Amino acid sequence: MVSSSTDVRVGFYVCHCGHNIGSIVDCPAVAHYVESLPNVVVSRDYKYMCSDPGQELIQKDIAEFRLNRIVVASCSPLLHERTFRAAVSAAGLNPYFFQMVNIREHVSWVHTDATAATDKARALARAAVLRVAAHCALEVKRVPVHPDVLVVGAGIAGIHAALTLANAGRKVFLVEREPTIGGHMAKFDKTFPTLDCAACILTPKMSEVGTHPNITLWTCGEVVKLDGYVGNFTATIRRRPRYVNEDLCTGCQECIARCVFKEAKFPDAFNERLGKRKPIYIPFPQATPQVVLIDPEVCLNFKRGTTTVSGRCKRTCVDACGERHAIDFTQTETTGEIKVGTIIVATGFQTFDVKRVPQYGYGTFPNVYTALEVERLVNASGPTAGEVVLRDGHRPQAIGIIHCVGSRDKKTNRWCSRVCCMYSMKLAHLLKEHTGAEIYNFYIDIRAPGKSYEEFYDKLNEEGVHFIRGRVGEVTDWAMRDEEEGKLVIRVEDTLAGFVRRIPVDMVVLSTGLEPQADAQQVRRLFNMSCGSEGFFLERHPKLAPVNTFTDGIFIAGCCQGPRDIPDTVAQAGAAAAEAMALIDRGYVEQEPNTAYIVPDDCSGCKSCVPLCPYTAITFDEATKKASINEALCKGCGTCVAACPSGSIHQHLFEDEQVFSEIEGLLVHS
Amino acid sequence: MKFAYFPGCSLKGLGRGYEESLLPVLRHLGVEFEELDDWNCCGATAYMAIDESKACVLAARNLALAERAGLREVLAPCAACYLVLNKTKHYFHDYPAMKLRIDRALAAVKLSYAGETPVRHPLDVLLNDVGLDAIKQRVVRPLKGLKVAPYYGCQIVRPYATFDDQENPVAMDLLLEALGATVVRYPLKTKCCGGSLTGTVPRAGTRMVYILLNEARKRGADCLATVCPLCQFNLDAYHAQVESRYGTPVLPTVYFTQLMGLAFGLPEDQLGLRRAAVRLTWRPPDPAATPAVAPAPAVDAAPS
Repeated sequence: MVSSSTDVRVGFYVCHCGHNIGSIVDCPAVAHYVESLPNVVVSRDYKYMCSDPGQELIQKDIAEFRLNRIVVASCSPLLHERTFRAAVSAAGLNPYFFQMVNIREHVSWVHTDATAATDKARALARAAVLRVAAHCALEVKRVPVHPDVLVVGAGIAGIHAALTLANAGRKVFLVEREPTIGGHMAKFDKTFPTLDCAACILTPKMSEVGTHPNITLWTCGEVVKLDGYVGNFTATIRRRPRYVNEDLCTGCQECIARCVFKEAKFPDAFNERLGKRKPIYIPFPQATPQVVLIDPEVCLNFKRGTTTVSGRCKRTCVDACGERHAIDFTQTETTGEIKVGTIIVATGFQTFDVKRVPQYGYGTFPNVYTALEVERLVNASGPTAGEVVLRDGHRPQAIGIIHCVGSRDKKTNRWCSRVCCMYSMKLAHLLKEHTGAEIYNFYIDIRAPGKSYEEFYDKLNEEGVHFIRGRVGEVTDWAMRDEEEGKLVIRVEDTLAGFVRRIPVDMVVLSTGLEPQADAQQVRRLFNMSCGSEGFFLERHPKLAPVNTFTDGIFIAGCCQGPRDIPDTVAQAGAAAAEAMALIDRGYVEQEPNTAYIVPDDCSGCKSCVPLCPYTAITFDEATKKASINEALCKGCGTCVAACPSGSIHQHLFEDEQVFSEIEGLLVHS
Repeated sequence: MKFAYFPGCSLKGLGRGYEESLLPVLRHLGVEFEELDDWNCCGATAYMAIDESKACVLAARNLALAERAGLREVLAPCAACYLVLNKTKHYFHDYPAMKLRIDRALAAVKLSYAGETPVRHPLDVLLNDVGLDAIKQRVVRPLKGLKVAPYYGCQIVRPYATFDDQENPVAMDLLLEALGATVVRYPLKTKCCGGSLTGTVPRAGTRMVYILLNEARKRGADCLATVCPLCQFNLDAYHAQVESRYGTPVLPTVYFTQLMGLAFGLPEDQLGLRRAAVRLTWRPPDPAATPAVAPAPAVDAAPS
């Protein structure tokens, strides 16, 4: 397979990259030096190798000088390896006879001494020239892409991505952990800055998901296992029992009225525990699917904390359901496998736990609320039907809204959660509208960088909402003056006025920041993704590949990638759907040929490699006592190559001769 | 493991009540310690304000002495000592220039400091090494009926919150509850006691003392419990000035170790309670004298 070096004819090109490389590395000197190396037929320097004329230069030389190896010294291969391979390929050469040298990120951008940098560039060029002589022609394999898509998480991101794909005729599996889709957006009252009702714009999309022929919706479900690779994933999905047959339940909710619990007495998670529900319930009126569910934790039919039947319940819900027979106490957890080609992860966020900032008094003072609680409080379908009434029954006359709780804070979360300024102002507007109270916003900076956002801030100022610049020190019931008695006192340094203020209020709203989901690390491992330092899923490139992950075929959308508002989430979900569609419509994926392979005659059958493979690409054939590698699964990490005691595992593009030639080029000074 | 007990100037002077209660309590709980031999000023107050490096060198000498004596941890009951010793350790690790100065100064007296010795407050040791369960077992006279406002002051949680929450410390709350006392929710638990303002700008200082005492009184406290000699002094010694300006009622401020001594049934005349200007006269009821259900007491109630 290794071609003899006698007929090797190398073309070498060093790129100035404008001033990026040229100002530090003496490019003509590097080109001149490379001319003297073995097998080199042409050696040139050029201002921009990646430009069309740069590529044409290579192609012309290939034809004119019968070149069969090309080396370009320029930027990172991540940026332009594809470009040059394509150019080489167009000139009729196998693209793997091309080798790239990074003298920008590895040399000119990180060194200031021009002489030493030029020496380093020479050494790297020499290594590549020696290496490329040992290269072989390799073939890019094509693997078909399964046309179905899995979308994980059915908040607004997952919903939008699923609908986009389904409307384009793709089959979508939408998996949601909660009993209804809708995510956080379903809990919001209005949306900023237009103040249109969140439910009015979201619920039509929710019911479209529920009825769409191309969408298979699995609520109460979680992906527990993922196998395969881009184009050919197998996902295992586990579903918790609802104790109600989704196909038979009509959503009439007669069972809820007839439950043996006459009063709703269990905290209602959808209403942020401000309201109550029964053991059999529907999360909210527009829940999708329109199906009730039973909470086995509190339903009398089950022994507390188990799924065994207690026999203490009269099962009036079953009577109410009657002929429909939808209630099924025998349901158990189920698991199923699906095959898909691409996956969109849209698992969302959790809000910051305000107990971590005890100085703001949440849990100590009943009239301190989180923003999400207030969303439910101002919502017409919320626990108070939109009446803003405090836990002590009073209507607030003064309300303080504290921004950046769990954001921009070195003690908790350092990042800006992006949405809090705007939703705080939205809540300020709604609370003022509902109560006529004096509203005080305590902010560090107002960040309103969206379309019509700054105008919304202006509008709030005109409405007479107060803005006090300063991070609140504490919320206390320590009264210093008579007018503070019985109130919550917000102590803050007003950094514009330059002194410490005490603002007595009746209600405090904590504008909590956004955090990665508690199980983001498990999800990351499950889908073989990366997380940034703060725990949000990492995109492949922050600017140019914002919905791609480092695993091909898996895309991310929404707040699981970082805090963002609804418009940005929807845009990103659309982008993720388009990326998935691009793969599906092409119908195949190309696989990098830098995979490992086993020479069977040399394999001793020791099985050392099998457990080492992070991609489970290696299997062991008990009949022949030999290991073999599934090329489709192999990512070319090289772990098995290094570990094989008998040296029977090799890797394309990393053959011993290639690597040793490269090392020789680096180390041997000529 | 033995602690190097670093009393600092306060516990030998104005804060003697603290030492007099702390040491018996530690012995009672089996905490081994020995007073650091040849200790010097911790470097707090004027040193720190005028020249940090002098303050750190002074503190480092104490830490070096503890290391030389083979004592693994320093026990610093005074909040100011605790802060300066911890700060010195922090500077020693994070600021090479300061480390150099400390090394040179200590070398001149043939000492060296490795920067390893932990500096700990008795509240931390009692809660986390001894443990609340062991403390509860020693309580023979629960502080039943005594309402205490736990007052931490600024220095033991800021900036080095090594064992408790910076904003809302609870270590002493838990300890006092273990002693059977009723803990009053006291939102001013880390507010400034006035520090040296009581001496330099009395109007401002006594106002701060007034705020603390008045709020504790409003919340029904019988006394304040403190961990710091300067807090105790400010809240105790300026009562006359505070009263004449604001007319606040009298409220004693005691060391948390004094309350522990009372609950453990240690001889109360040896707990330094009489050193305060405003004395705590309340004494825990004798449990033997007032049985909850039993018909008649076998022993006469001891006079309290």
